[in-house]
Amino acid sequence: MAVIKRREVVRQLLKDREDLLVVAGLGAPAWDVTAAGDHVLNFPLWGGMGGAIMVGLGLALAQPDKKVLVITGDGELLMGLNSLATVAVANPDNLSIVVLDNEVYGETGKQMTHTALGVDLVATAKGCGFSNSFIILDFVALETLREAVLNPGLVFAQIKVDPSSDDLVLPPRDGALLKNRFREALLGPKCHLLN
Amino acid sequence: MSDGLVFISRKDAMSAQQHWSDIVFQLALEQGITNVSFVPDAGLSPLIKLCEESSQINVVRLTSEDEGVSLALGSWLGGVKSLLLMQSSGVGNCINMLSMLNTCQIPLPMIVTMRGDWGEFNPWQVPMGQGTEGVLREMGVTVFKAQKSEEVPECAEGAIRLAFNTFRATAVLVGQRVLGAKPFGK
Repeated sequence: MAVIKRREVVRQLLKDREDLLVVAGLGAPAWDVTAAGDHVLNFPLWGGMGGAIMVGLGLALAQPDKKVLVITGDGELLMGLNSLATVAVANPDNLSIVVLDNEVYGETGKQMTHTALGVDLVATAKGCGFSNSFIILDFVALETLREAVLNPGLVFAQIKVDPSSDDLVLPPRDGALLKNRFREALLGPKCHLLN
Repeated sequence: MSDGLVFISRKDAMSAQQHWSDIVFQLALEQGITNVSFVPDAGLSPLIKLCEESSQINVVRLTSEDEGVSLALGSWLGGVKSLLLMQSSGVGNCINMLSMLNTCQIPLPMIVTMRGDWGEFNPWQVPMGQGTEGVLREMGVTVFKAQKSEEVPECAEGAIRLAFNTFRATAVLVGQRVLGAKPFGK
């Protein structure tokens, strides 16, 4: 079985992204989305571990006519595992959660995460109420995911990826800048005046 | 008003028949809040009910209070104003997520009903209750404290306005003297 490279996955998912709204969990997923091209409609997190999915839910509920994609890692997701329950209950039809599962904490010395030790994220998502929850082990299945992300429906996808680390490709780290450029691109310049 | 000032104090706005929740709910609507998330508390139940019954409010039920903080970040990115409701014991769950509001200058008013405060029966509630204000302030949240029922609306109005006018997190602590202490049969 070919080992899936995380950067290649993210590049494929964000190709011709149009007005897709992207939230990336802290660490490698934030570098991955940036490696695919820094974009004003990316919100890469530099903190708040465990919060990426809920940021995505807030965005999806606020923008029901746009598609929202959360790209995060297994460690980040495990810290906010309860959010899968909250998202499933809220049940937005414009949110996809993609977990790049390398089974390690890549930023801290590659210590094992729970997914290396038997925790099944797809089953967890299903148990929470995600009817469309699946695992991806090869590139062929990736096109199915891309279609799911761009079409209506709540999606959970776990992608087993190569645990090797890639070059750092850092997004801006000024949170206010990331927020303001995202809002301006999405809502227009008037968003800075209305409150 | 000729001097350009806007009367914002709701000090005298509450009649004897009204619950503070009714006015806070109206304030939230007036200020354009459309997303309300919560972990329930008995003291919050009238306000939660008003939100649940409103067609103008999207209610998000949380499993843990920290979810509401990151939810509000996402909502604001999408142009929606949020209000987060929780009991004081949930403030501790929020600490790390509050750092995102601070760093990104995200507005979020919170209504926090107190435990571990005046008349508390349960000793296990006291440490977090007594730590609530300090924890919030340490994380950059501006805190207003209401010790009487009629103080809640004016604190809430100031907290909501301050949050959205100045892009920060604010909290109204509603004291147990307002809510009554949980009796446990004593």
